[in-house]
Amino acid sequence: MSSNKKYWKSVEELNENSSIVETLKQNEFVNEIPTDEFLGDKDKLEGSSTTRRDFLKYVGFSTAAASLAACEGPVIKSIPYVVQPETIIPGVANYYATTVADGFDFASVLVKTREGRPIKIENNSLATTDGGANARVNASVLGLYDSLRVKTPMKGESEISWSTFNSETSQKLEQLAGAGKQIVLLTQTYASPSTSKLISEFKEKYSTANHVVYDAVSESAALDAFQAKYNERGLASYNFSLATTIVSVAADILGDWQGGGFDAGYSQSRVPVNGKMSRHIQFEANMSLAGANADKRVAVTPSQQKLVLAKLHSLIVGSAFSKSLPAHVEKAVQAAASQLKKAGSTGVLVTGVNDVNAQTVVLEINEALNSKAFDPKTPIKTRQGNDKAVKTLVADMKAGKVGAIIMSGVNPLYTLPNATEFAEGLKKTELSVTFSMKVDETASVTQYVAAAPHNLESWGDVELRKGHFGLIQPTIRPLFNTRQFQDALLMWNGNDVVYSDYIKTLWKNDILNGASYNQALHDGVFVSKGSSVIGDTTVETEENLETPSSNAASVLAASVAPKGMELTLYTKVGMGDGQQANNPWLQEFPDPITRTSWDNYLTVSAADAKELGLENKHVATGGLDGSYADITVNGKSITVPVIIQPGQAKGSVGLALGYGRTAGLKDEMKTGVNGYPLYNNFNNVQSVTVAKASGMHEFACVQLQNTLMGREDIIKETTLEIFNTKDKKHWNAVPVVSLNHQETPVTSPEVDLWDEFDRSIGHHFNLSIDLNACTGCGACVIACHAENNVPVVGKEEIRRSRDMHWLRIDRYYSSEDTFDEDITKKTEFSGLFGDKGSLSGFGELEVAADNPQVVFQPVMCQHCNHAPCETVCPVAATSHGRQGQNHMAYNRCVGTRYCANNCPYKVRRFNWFLYNGNDEFDYHMNDDLGRMVVNPDVTVRSRGVMEKCSMCIQMTQKTILDAKRDGRVIKDGEFQTACSSACSNGAMVFGDINDKESKVAKLLEDDRMYHLLEYVGTKPNVQYHTKVRNTSEA
Amino acid sequence: MKKPYQSLEDNLTNNMKQVIHRKLDRNILRLSLIILLAFSTSLHAQEGDPVAGKALFNTNCAACHQLDKKMTGPALRNVEARLADEEGLDREWLSKWIRNSAGVIKSGDAYAVKIFDEYGGAAMTAYPQLSDEDISNILAYTAEEKKEAPAAAAGGAVAANPQSDGASNTLILAGLAILFAILAGALVLVNKTLRRFADEKGIELNQGQKTTPIWKAFVQNQFLVLVSVVVLMLAGGYFVYGYLMQVGVNQGYEPVQPIHFSHKIHAGDNGIDCKYCHSSARVSKTSGIPSLNVCMNCHKSIYEYNGETTAEYSKEFYDGEIKKLYDAVGWDDAEQKYTGEEKPVKWVRIHNLPDFAYFNHSQHVTVAGLECQTCHGPVEEMEIMSQHSPLTMGWCINCHRDTEVKVKDNPYYTKIHEQLSKKYGVEKLTAAQMGGLECGKCHY
Repeated sequence: MSSNKKYWKSVEELNENSSIVETLKQNEFVNEIPTDEFLGDKDKLEGSSTTRRDFLKYVGFSTAAASLAACEGPVIKSIPYVVQPETIIPGVANYYATTVADGFDFASVLVKTREGRPIKIENNSLATTDGGANARVNASVLGLYDSLRVKTPMKGESEISWSTFNSETSQKLEQLAGAGKQIVLLTQTYASPSTSKLISEFKEKYSTANHVVYDAVSESAALDAFQAKYNERGLASYNFSLATTIVSVAADILGDWQGGGFDAGYSQSRVPVNGKMSRHIQFEANMSLAGANADKRVAVTPSQQKLVLAKLHSLIVGSAFSKSLPAHVEKAVQAAASQLKKAGSTGVLVTGVNDVNAQTVVLEINEALNSKAFDPKTPIKTRQGNDKAVKTLVADMKAGKVGAIIMSGVNPLYTLPNATEFAEGLKKTELSVTFSMKVDETASVTQYVAAAPHNLESWGDVELRKGHFGLIQPTIRPLFNTRQFQDALLMWNGNDVVYSDYIKTLWKNDILNGASYNQALHDGVFVSKGSSVIGDTTVETEENLETPSSNAASVLAASVAPKGMELTLYTKVGMGDGQQANNPWLQEFPDPITRTSWDNYLTVSAADAKELGLENKHVATGGLDGSYADITVNGKSITVPVIIQPGQAKGSVGLALGYGRTAGLKDEMKTGVNGYPLYNNFNNVQSVTVAKASGMHEFACVQLQNTLMGREDIIKETTLEIFNTKDKKHWNAVPVVSLNHQETPVTSPEVDLWDEFDRSIGHHFNLSIDLNACTGCGACVIACHAENNVPVVGKEEIRRSRDMHWLRIDRYYSSEDTFDEDITKKTEFSGLFGDKGSLSGFGELEVAADNPQVVFQPVMCQHCNHAPCETVCPVAATSHGRQGQNHMAYNRCVGTRYCANNCPYKVRRFNWFLYNGNDEFDYHMNDDLGRMVVNPDVTVRSRGVMEKCSMCIQMTQKTILDAKRDGRVIKDGEFQTACSSACSNGAMVFGDINDKESKVAKLLEDDRMYHLLEYVGTKPNVQYHTKVRNTSEA
Repeated sequence: MKKPYQSLEDNLTNNMKQVIHRKLDRNILRLSLIILLAFSTSLHAQEGDPVAGKALFNTNCAACHQLDKKMTGPALRNVEARLADEEGLDREWLSKWIRNSAGVIKSGDAYAVKIFDEYGGAAMTAYPQLSDEDISNILAYTAEEKKEAPAAAAGGAVAANPQSDGASNTLILAGLAILFAILAGALVLVNKTLRRFADEKGIELNQGQKTTPIWKAFVQNQFLVLVSVVVLMLAGGYFVYGYLMQVGVNQGYEPVQPIHFSHKIHAGDNGIDCKYCHSSARVSKTSGIPSLNVCMNCHKSIYEYNGETTAEYSKEFYDGEIKKLYDAVGWDDAEQKYTGEEKPVKWVRIHNLPDFAYFNHSQHVTVAGLECQTCHGPVEEMEIMSQHSPLTMGWCINCHRDTEVKVKDNPYYTKIHEQLSKKYGVEKLTAAQMGGLECGKCHY
């Protein structure tokens, strides 16, 4: 029986009287357990009154308390104004007209403020000049909330008060002026009548004062050429909407060429109206936005560009030209010249060649053509830098001739090619002051850093073009203890007037001609009807002027190609001259051409890359690895990563300026390499040697599928000739599917999987995108970020293709010379192998051509009426509204990502992380200051939810509510989205198609209209308009 | 008309006589007044009706004058007597002053000029329309004795009532409890006695057969166990669900605020329109907590509370809260000016919608014309503001399902209402039919 069994633990138990057995009965562990060894400090433990049981009690209690506390809502405080400003109603946005003028970008804008804080920048529709805000201007609102801003004036490392600053600097200035030492004001281009007047008053007071205007990216050659011809310092303005033939030689007219802002006029001429549109021919080395949009793009090296100009001059004006150009270039130049001549006054030629003779030649040709688009009478005033004066200044400083240097809006230690010489000279000055928002490269070595306000906190005025003025007004009280350069000038001049009053007086006396100042301030712009008394009529003295040769064309024709390769330095749409490098929106903004974010790079043609052994490798969906290359200019050598750029002229390379900043920005933003050291003589073209270096660079790209591979359903395009002569079905056919062996259009209800829903009642929103008017500038991308609180995810996440952009602008290259040939090639595939085999053929189609055609296509949520995403959501977090919008309820989403998988357009974005208040993502949403830019009407999404374009439902809802409240019918044009209102090109039109009179309803009926991937049958509410290329050579 | 004097001496004596005469007069008057006050009120009417006077005072004078406190103008309690006492000015002078103070000042009257200067050189508005009777009514009102907080006493009495009620309740309960205790005791005693009798008589009480106890029977009946387990689980699930669903629902949330602001007094007793203070509810998504300058529109002159009080909320308590307001807004009540020292009030927010829900007040207040009370409950009865509605999505949706859209006289709705009502075959559309249940209308 089991119960009778007895188990012995040891032989000792047999001994009845064993003490050991007795002891073990009482105490299982005879020896003390060596707890000290692992519990450590015995004294402390014994001293502690917490027993094990207590410990368990505490754990239990705190767990229970924590779970109870989690059920309890936090106490939220609400603090109203003590005295509420009359103009502010909490929850209602106010708009102020102002002007952005940072020395590189100039634009008349509207600033949207909520509860007194600016949150978004929009276009000022009243502006006739520079009314369109580009991507950088749109992003500049974030610069206001930069956590690294200088918060108070500083002397060296220590903070000082403004009164100390005032007394110390003015004392020193007077002393230096007395001693006859030179005082130099080194400033950005202000183009400001009031600042000019202040500076002239400053010069009167300090007789040794000198003003040097410095543009980091120089337009000096064009300015000098213009001044030599028209005796006024400015740049000829162009209105491309009046042109039928546009020939550009290395001028990125859709980028930052001569200050930018030409794209609205350009786009106007590019949309076919009554069968007519302009023709654009581009000769260039780097692939620029203008080149990408051109009807014909000819890749020519910088040295050939000069010859092209000389040849054009000889063909149009009739000068001698004997040099030979490569055959295809020769042919293109001949054609361009004949088209220009044929167009006559509607033709226009522009150039970005930074050479005074080249610029003169262009002015002459345009005069000869009597071009309507060319306007030398109201010159652009927003570039006034003078290279020679800057060079002289650096030499003077080095020689110890300069006693004081006062800088504002410039960062010469970063942007000067000879920055080390400048730094040397700076040490020899007795007083150095810089007005700066950051402790940047320059501010960190000057004696005084005068904390400068952001543009949105400042007063000011700008003369954008002659007679076209803009006013700058603050949209928020200065966040920090800052003062403007102009305030300091007033102080040094001994003038007690406040700067805003100074402007007012000046405007009333000299500019307004009796018009209302308040009206001008309200509008933000003013165009003087008569000739205004004042304007910025600076004329540089002869000695600082580069004079063109009397026979400019022949000098050009005599130019010879340098040995080795030619480097063209350019500015990117995202970064410009680099002053906004600490702006995460702009860092993450993918370049329209390369689709690469967070970097700059050397663009090399495929042929050169092969010769030099440079390569690009796709390693992941967003990951591109590129070789490094050592490039040497004039003995200076830097190592840069390489991107192989289709369309890059063989024998040329390109490098963007504005990257490689080292001071005044977060570590995450210290991206790319600094190209300014190579910017010798302020010439953007340099002779360079390129050699492969070891290692591979990791790029973060948002698009690696570079070619369309003949997929004509994605981007439809045709030529002007076919568009004009053939029926719609030839160039924009509705896809058909087979139903009972009958070809049935996909739009027919019989082949639809879904039931049709009646959308004829109420509003039905549509967004129309005209691929002819879209230049790919990306202003809409940043506007969307600002409006919809789109987070920044950082380079690493982009490489994992986790970018959060709600709106992307896809860029495609053709694989053959044209997209048409791609399609032909694809349709001619037969079988898998062989010459026309699809296996090798598709492989070939993946590779872009040497000089491909390029198209841009903005893609956001298509708001399909028959949305694939909606049917697969297990929790019905995404559903359709009657007004056509595809709704996304974040609080309902559980993050299965089925919707993203089922979306044919790949526009849904998943929050892999919490991007706000997370130290791992140390961008603007990680600090209180940066979060001030957040739009309070849009939810800030959290981790684990899907998000996507909402068609700015907060804006459409607001428009509807306003109308309901006012009791009125909504007019066409009132409905807007962030992207459509940011698009100054008119490529994006938003509205209600149930309003039959609306623009967008008419666009829906347009022959060029098609839907993206129409054969899928999703019935999107975003329309695209077939791109028409003017390839007909007239 | 100026009375021409024959000589200076004559004038002097005349004046002196007048003074003596008046002094005598006044003594008699006072005496008679006391007598009158003590014995009669009917005679009082001849001197002026203080009730009518109060109404006149409130419409004409109260904007600048208080009875017991200096404001824009001087305190007016017993003004007539004070002027007579201190300055020797009679009613005639007062009437003149009331009807045209500027004229009196212009005439160079010493006291008039003095007062004019003392109050910052702002002349009193002229009231030529006031008759002699009106003036005497007003003066009668100003001559009333100050009531020493009768409200507080009354309030105390009122407050005592519920207390006594409570006491009686407990008394009854205690009585009942004792009664039950006695009854129970009696039962036990009876039982005991009966058993004793039974014992004595030798009757064996039937202990009953050895039946299984009921719990054992229950355990043995597996079907019953199963059913009751299921029932228990369902009930448990129901209550757990109910508990979880109310997590985060703060209906009845009634936090203590930094200043005890009584909506009952403002919106209820004084009938102030909600949107007078919460003005942004008309145009904005937020109703807005009024900025303190809005409070001061009234509280510049309302420096004390004179309404009903209770023991908990006494006059002193309310006056103290008004002081808190003055402190926050930086108002020096004695000097009648702002000090510039502002201390923003940190109110505790009661109605908290989560960030992912968009709600717009103007949509409901202006467009739909809803009463604030529809969602916020009887605010005008709330001494302490609390959250009336659950503010859950179900609560929103239910209302959207039932509420008809106010489309009348709103051209925005004309077309859509015509089309939609035809489609749904209804006379009037609900918010839901208008699209008010779509996710994206509130969540973006």
